Amino acid sequence: MSEIPLTSSVSKGCFVFKSASKKRKRHVGVGGYLVDDSDENGSDRFRICQKLWETVQTNTEVIQDQLNKKVLDSLAEFIKKHGLGCSSDNWRQRAREIPTAALMLGVNVPDHAMTFRSLCNLLQDSVTPFVVSVHAKECAAVKLLIQKVLEQLMGRGVSVDEEQEDDTALLQRTQCTISALCQWYKTVTKKSTQVFPQRTESLTNSDFPQSLPVVVIFKDFEAFNSQVLQDFILICSRYTQELPFIFIFGIATSPSAIQHRLPHSVSSLLCIEVFHSLSCTQHLASVFDKLILNSQFPFKLSSRVIQVLVGIFLYHDFSVQNFVKGLQFSMLEHFKSQPLSMLCCQKQEALLSAKTLSKKNVERIRHLPSFMRYVETQEPQEQVRLLTNDEHVKEVCQKLLKNLHKYHKNYYPILQCLHSLTSSLPKFPLGKHIRELHVSCIEKNLWETEEYDSALQLLRILAKDELVAALRKCAEILKSTKILQNVLQQLEDFIGRLEALEGVSSEDSSGNGIISGKMEYQKTDLFQLQKTLLEKESRRTKRMNPFEVLRSQVIEFIDSLVREYLTPAELQPLNEVCYYSSSGVLRQRLNVTPRTSIQAALSHPFYYLQNESLKTDAGTISSAAPDLCIVYKLHLECGRLINLYDWLEAFLTVMSAAEDQDTNSEECGKYDSLKHARFIQAVSEMEFLGFIKSTKQKTDHVARLTWGGC
Amino acid sequence: MFSSSSLPIQPLCIRIIQPSNLIKRMSVTLQCPGYPEDTLRSLAERLPCRETQLATLLALMGQPDQYSYPSVFIYGHRATGKSHVVLSIMKDLELPHASVDCVECVSSGLLFHQVLSAFFGPDAAALLPRCPSLSDFVRLYKQMSSNSPATQTRYIILDRAERMRDMDFSLLPALLRLQELVNDNVTVILLSEIVWEKFRPNTGCFEPLLFHFPDYSKAELVQILSWDHHPSYTPELYASYINILLGVFFSVCRDLRELRHLAVLNFSKFCEPLEKGEAKESDIHKLWKNIEPHLQRAMQTVYLREVSSVQWEQQQMDEKEATTLRVLSAHAHIELPYYSKFLLIAAYLASFNPARTDRRFFLKSHGKIRKTNFLKKHEKTSNHLLGPKPFPLDRLMAIFYSVVDSRVAPTASVFSQISSLVTLQLLSQVGHDDQLDSPKYKCSVSLDFILAISRCVCVCVRLLDLLALSLVIQSQVVRQERSLFTAVSNLHLL
Repeated sequence: MSEIPLTSSVSKGCFVFKSASKKRKRHVGVGGYLVDDSDENGSDRFRICQKLWETVQTNTEVIQDQLNKKVLDSLAEFIKKHGLGCSSDNWRQRAREIPTAALMLGVNVPDHAMTFRSLCNLLQDSVTPFVVSVHAKECAAVKLLIQKVLEQLMGRGVSVDEEQEDDTALLQRTQCTISALCQWYKTVTKKSTQVFPQRTESLTNSDFPQSLPVVVIFKDFEAFNSQVLQDFILICSRYTQELPFIFIFGIATSPSAIQHRLPHSVSSLLCIEVFHSLSCTQHLASVFDKLILNSQFPFKLSSRVIQVLVGIFLYHDFSVQNFVKGLQFSMLEHFKSQPLSMLCCQKQEALLSAKTLSKKNVERIRHLPSFMRYVETQEPQEQVRLLTNDEHVKEVCQKLLKNLHKYHKNYYPILQCLHSLTSSLPKFPLGKHIRELHVSCIEKNLWETEEYDSALQLLRILAKDELVAALRKCAEILKSTKILQNVLQQLEDFIGRLEALEGVSSEDSSGNGIISGKMEYQKTDLFQLQKTLLEKESRRTKRMNPFEVLRSQVIEFIDSLVREYLTPAELQPLNEVCYYSSSGVLRQRLNVTPRTSIQAALSHPFYYLQNESLKTDAGTISSAAPDLCIVYKLHLECGRLINLYDWLEAFLTVMSAAEDQDTNSEECGKYDSLKHARFIQAVSEMEFLGFIKSTKQKTDHVARLTWGGC
Repeated sequence: MFSSSSLPIQPLCIRIIQPSNLIKRMSVTLQCPGYPEDTLRSLAERLPCRETQLATLLALMGQPDQYSYPSVFIYGHRATGKSHVVLSIMKDLELPHASVDCVECVSSGLLFHQVLSAFFGPDAAALLPRCPSLSDFVRLYKQMSSNSPATQTRYIILDRAERMRDMDFSLLPALLRLQELVNDNVTVILLSEIVWEKFRPNTGCFEPLLFHFPDYSKAELVQILSWDHHPSYTPELYASYINILLGVFFSVCRDLRELRHLAVLNFSKFCEPLEKGEAKESDIHKLWKNIEPHLQRAMQTVYLREVSSVQWEQQQMDEKEATTLRVLSAHAHIELPYYSKFLLIAAYLASFNPARTDRRFFLKSHGKIRKTNFLKKHEKTSNHLLGPKPFPLDRLMAIFYSVVDSRVAPTASVFSQISSLVTLQLLSQVGHDDQLDSPKYKCSVSLDFILAISRCVCVCVRLLDLLALSLVIQSQVVRQERSLFTAVSNLHLL
């Protein structure tokens, strides 16, 4: 489009020009956004960020596959079984039943897409090439549903050979019937047995002449129009002899939804089996384990950020997909806003880039709060060196980074140990899930909290076998990580000593346990019970048996471990490099409040427009504000019904208030048609925003739609 | 094959049949000129208990080359043999016919296509334009029939004809007098489960010949079901089995197809004592004792499709494990996000409490309301009997904010939860005209469901009180309603 196209035409017309500039799209790429004039390693950070994101993606996919493996395999087994069964079944009614799998997926609808994708792939690879998945949105009528099924099936089948392609091109909509599908199915299965005899053999291990089933997946069963579903099932059941259909219903709520949607006459045509997928909380827990409680993954979230993300998950959507998206967002935000995040990568790489820190970045490190705290703890001489000598800072920085990595390496195994110890305690003083424990650990000194004290109290009254079992678990965890060998040794030593004690004090401890159990349940005279318990405790300490001595030693050992390794991350120097902590931004971006922002924009225009003249006091209405804001503020003072004329009057008064000084008062009484038009435009904008609507009760009034009118 | 003399219950069957029927039965010789007699006889044998209908239909049809009545409307309940009788006549006598199930015909074009291709081959059907109208069909039919005029009456059989009412409004009247329109020997047979009165269009139309297929009586059901007896057992045993089966199921289900399905499913269980040698075939009472509880269980599970037939059979096979199959409705529990639960509770309260009482329930300093005329007269019927009432979004949100114990920002995700509750069919949207301004919703879950949910979230006592209070007020009004009382007692247990 180098020359100007002709626009001369006999008739009037509109001409659309595609602007040439569009072709010259920005070639900067996403990385360009991170590159600033002020810092030189934006592209590095982008590279690191992208690499991390890739690992996140692959990890989540692997987790999803692992978790879904069981249910998907059993589904595939179900379909295989029925694909075989329908040819051997010889009596009529049974053959008319369509095998149906009701797949319970939970209410986290955004996550379902991934499950269905892997289900489709699995079925196509191992069971049958004829898999169709339909979405309620595309199937408002039976016709569309059938069309969709045909399109997906025949389109795919045709790609095998070119001969039939012409036929489908000619396929009229009138022939969009299941009987047409039947014809197609017959020809295709005949062909496939001729062309791939070895393939069908591999699929069928039995003597039956295998007929490949046609699987139809209804992705969101609840959203389907029930009439459409009923009709489709009725039609399909007429063809079950020729076309071995199998349905899969993806159900978000509960299996009884099927009975609510389908009458008995239709549901009697289905042979339903229920399959349960894993719950989303379990899914989240495994994602959490893999991505956040993992020392291999250098990017970390602060406690507040974790709380925001987990809060969104638990309170709003139950969607793991959205959680991962939130993680991605915080990663992007971190790498964009924190120039030092170039050090947030694997240890070797981080050390390398620490050696080559630029002058600016060294200065930035000096300004990090955690680094400043570190400096303060040093000797005065050292302090001076740290503040003046760049090379020295780089060296110290490397050392600190090493320490940080070491801290993470030790932190997670000990956290898991503590969790395994406390998760079996009654009432879960330190939280049921490891994420709660993690949050409280990185937030503050865990050993200063009350919950920790009560957890230790409960640990102190554990019976011997329980204690040994819990310690065993800890030992396993430490064994698998292959670090902290000395801790492991000490633990095993304790276990050995505990086992060596032969049933000396088991009675005492068990008696103790029972009392503590009572304490949990009897709420009436808790105070007295506590008192007596305390007395007993004090008496008991005087004559401790060997087991109790050992037990308190174990608990002290655990306590010392916690104090050594589970220190809050904020106290670690250079933690800002790895930890993303601006939870406010995250909340603002992920948990948006459109209504509040519209209201803020209308009542405080300065907030968004940043124009000095718009700064006003709280109660007043300034005439300098946009018309819409004035109209909005005026309407706040009205009741449910607003008289348009009064509103206009008030609007004109506000407008003329500004002009009063410089023009004579003659004009302000008159209706300026310009002002009138401005008013009308503002009112229609209000209607567009959904604050008012016209009402039939009174013709010259409008009704308020927001709060307050009463 | 079924032979009438070998059945012990046969006399009973004949006794029950009305005398007039009996006479007809005896007198029916099915002599229809123009049709081969052998086929007629085998046809009559294959259609037990439908002899009269068969004879009447044949009489209506007349000889193959004679013109028949333009349209016949056959109605009767499900599985009374309407399409079976008609289609067997057509097939056995080799009459030219087009059988169309109206459920499949999402457009009238499909119907025309099927009819034309059945009578004149697919080439003729291909001549239909892209979106054929009725006149296209008639034109094409005429053209074709002039090439090959009917030597025998052609029949168009439309199953589930009630669907035709949803199609083009002129289609049904036109089909009823198709014979006139196309000048051909053609008869349209409509099969439906509902009566003709529900079909008659406003503008009036040609009245078809009405023909009713009555339900099978119990004796007739026994006779038909005894047909497919197991080859390894005597027909007498199977007949007594069918009698037992009908004794359980006849009161709830007269659908022949369904009964047959149940009979096959449970027969192996019935034969179990015989195979083990614990009972003889003559020991009917013992067999009855064995199968009766089993059938009762089947009525509650398989019949309602709570358990699929495959699972039922499997359960029979490994009976020893005594696995209690988890039925469909057993998993009623739904995991919901925290705020969704509260939204649902708020929606329930908004749906079942009158809006006037909101001030009393949800404000801390509500005005004093005198107890005597607190509820108006029309409100004194229990709201649970009347069903949920629609409420505007604003009211839902107001109740939601007062029910949730913490401060909740009105974020987009709270609002999107409402719409996802609608897609999950836990709420339903009322009135689709004014989505932007003031959408209205209804709560479509039961009290039990809400109670289960509130049991999960109720850390705060106030909400419990609230639920209990609103329930108590309602239950004061209708004391008889048992579910409410159990609900209240449940709340007290918490």
